[in-house]
Amino acid sequence: MGLILDQVNKYVEGEMHLADISLDLASGSRNVILGRTLAGKTSLLRIMAGLDRPSTGKIVMDGKDVTGISVRKRQVAMVYQQFINYPSFSVFQNIASPLQISGVPKATITEKVMETANLLHLEEMLDRMPAELSGGQQQRVAIARALMKDSQLLLLDEPLVNLDYKLREELLEELTAIFKKRDCVVVYTTTEPSEALKLGGNIVVMDQGRVRQTGPTAQVYRNPATVETAQLLSDPPINLFAARLKDGHLTLGDDLAIAVTGSIAALSSGRYHIGIRPNHLYLHQQESGDIKIHATVEISEINGSETFIHFQYSGYKTVLHEVGIDARKIGSDITVYMNPANFFVFAENGELLISPGAADTAENQTA
Amino acid sequence: MAQISLDEIAHSYLPYPKNDADYALKRIHNIWNDGGAYALLGPSGCGKTTLLNIISGLLKPSKGRVRFGETDVTDLPPEKRNIAQVFQFPVLYDTMTVFNNLAFPLKNRGFDNAYIKTRVKEIARILELETVLHKKAEGLGADAKQKISLGRGLVREDVAAILFDEPLTVIDPQLKWQLRCKLKEIHEQLKLTLIYVTHDQVEALTFADQIIVMYEGKIVQIGTPQELFEYPNHKFVGYFIGSPGMNFLPCTMENGRARVGKFHIPLDDRTAALGNRATGSLEMGIRPLYLKIHGQETAGSFQVPVQSVEDQGSYRVVALSFNDQTIRARIAENEPVPGSMAWVSFPEKWIRLFENDQLLK
Repeated sequence: MGLILDQVNKYVEGEMHLADISLDLASGSRNVILGRTLAGKTSLLRIMAGLDRPSTGKIVMDGKDVTGISVRKRQVAMVYQQFINYPSFSVFQNIASPLQISGVPKATITEKVMETANLLHLEEMLDRMPAELSGGQQQRVAIARALMKDSQLLLLDEPLVNLDYKLREELLEELTAIFKKRDCVVVYTTTEPSEALKLGGNIVVMDQGRVRQTGPTAQVYRNPATVETAQLLSDPPINLFAARLKDGHLTLGDDLAIAVTGSIAALSSGRYHIGIRPNHLYLHQQESGDIKIHATVEISEINGSETFIHFQYSGYKTVLHEVGIDARKIGSDITVYMNPANFFVFAENGELLISPGAADTAENQTA
Repeated sequence: MAQISLDEIAHSYLPYPKNDADYALKRIHNIWNDGGAYALLGPSGCGKTTLLNIISGLLKPSKGRVRFGETDVTDLPPEKRNIAQVFQFPVLYDTMTVFNNLAFPLKNRGFDNAYIKTRVKEIARILELETVLHKKAEGLGADAKQKISLGRGLVREDVAAILFDEPLTVIDPQLKWQLRCKLKEIHEQLKLTLIYVTHDQVEALTFADQIIVMYEGKIVQIGTPQELFEYPNHKFVGYFIGSPGMNFLPCTMENGRARVGKFHIPLDDRTAALGNRATGSLEMGIRPLYLKIHGQETAGSFQVPVQSVEDQGSYRVVALSFNDQTIRARIAENEPVPGSMAWVSFPEKWIRLFENDQLLK
């Protein structure tokens, strides 16, 4: 059971908005659609909801073709970026509204509202009007309303984007726990890799109206199929360098020669892209096999618990992310350590060839 | 550029405020240095935007005076205060070229063309807008437009301060890094006084030299990112800064140790002395980053159940049940993950004690 999208395309006035989208989302699964602004996330969500019809392709919900069926006749709940509530209804009435339409006994409604309000910490505010609530509280009401119906499909379109950072962190944790208990298909869109990783479950990476990769989120993070996916899933951005391989010797950037072994050495000679995540660049040597490079600090940022150092290497913008505080002055010389074991190797066309610790990931899966 | 003094500022949106609760800003008394990069950080409703509007002149405070250098500007409207502002959404002229948009604030003030040309080019170079200088703004993407907005704020050298109100909220994460770095570079090069309002701790901490943390109309702490992280003055700062926030455990003092239920946690001499002197309600705080998790028993560790382990890419968050309360530890991507039970220890160096929500020091 679940939601199936079969070769969905969407054109608006001749312009492609979604291209060739096929997805199979199981009931009880959490699915995060990650992509930049205008990647097609909202268009896709609207088609899933039945708010828009696809130009071509099929949508199947729990085994039934629902392609042409409007949102009203589907069991769908949706939460939007903007906080949408009935302004003249109290919080209680807002949360109760989806059940009042379908003629459910009053006692059942009250019980269900209390249960849902508890889940979202709204029990103290049931008598208030939406305008008397903070943004975070208003969005909680909208989410509570979406949870009231036993819908087959729960869609959330960047629901936390207009909320404060700290509130977002808390609500995200609560939502993750709530989603885990639901039997429906949950689909959640975001532009932030950290949000996707916190929610866990499965990820659908979108770019320019197309699905680039799907899979369990942590697995996709460690095995991005292309350079683009790696970039979309890295915050701070993944560092990328052009490289040449010849007779087991890798040359990174202009002139950094690295003797490589194992799977990298086994690749045929030619040009590659090397990706290395900022948290795999270090200011101190970690292992004997580490390679060092020298660089000049352009910017150094401290966010309290972490240090980010920006520098250029062979003309590439590079960022190092270290846990703890290690302030370096702008313009000072630093030595940066890295290890080929942490390299992502991409082909010239951007396809992933080797990911670091691929063996570990396989172990995790079976565990 | 000038030093900004906030002299006994308080503000209420009500005509006749009666008590403390009627004030959106309770008491602000501070001096901000010329050429500093400041961030006003706090949740919505903490008063940060009210304070920014008082500095810009959009609001006149109910009490107190605002001075830029020696000049009292309390009664001056924004246009007479010599400040530049950048807002959450791009403010520019769509039909004008990027060049003219950037030149506008200078033309308005009658600078000569040669100067305008040099200055606009310099700002365009810093913001990497050179290639689009002669394009119209309307055809450009949201990020380019916000860069133009930033440029319009930065173009005048003669301003007392530049105020930013959540300028990167609408920007995608990857680009945020670039723009934030740009702002930092600009501050290094031009040494302008920058005041940046945000609810995002990462933006505030990475941008500013000094962060002003606000909570319920008050400044609860002013400090460098490191100070706020290592010595939060107030429980709110401990919670608000850092992700996840600081762990807090109610405790009592017993034989120089912090007692949490059946657990007796060792403290260093200084912290123990502070705790022994305290008379109010006591809590122990420690950052998730500093909690140590072990796979087997080690000296000074306590065995507790593991509630969950979340993989967040470059790190993991382990939730533990400690005396029936959840505490969180942040561990590196490559550190081993414990099973259903783990041993946790509290490095003495990183334990802080709070009495009635205030840091003991």
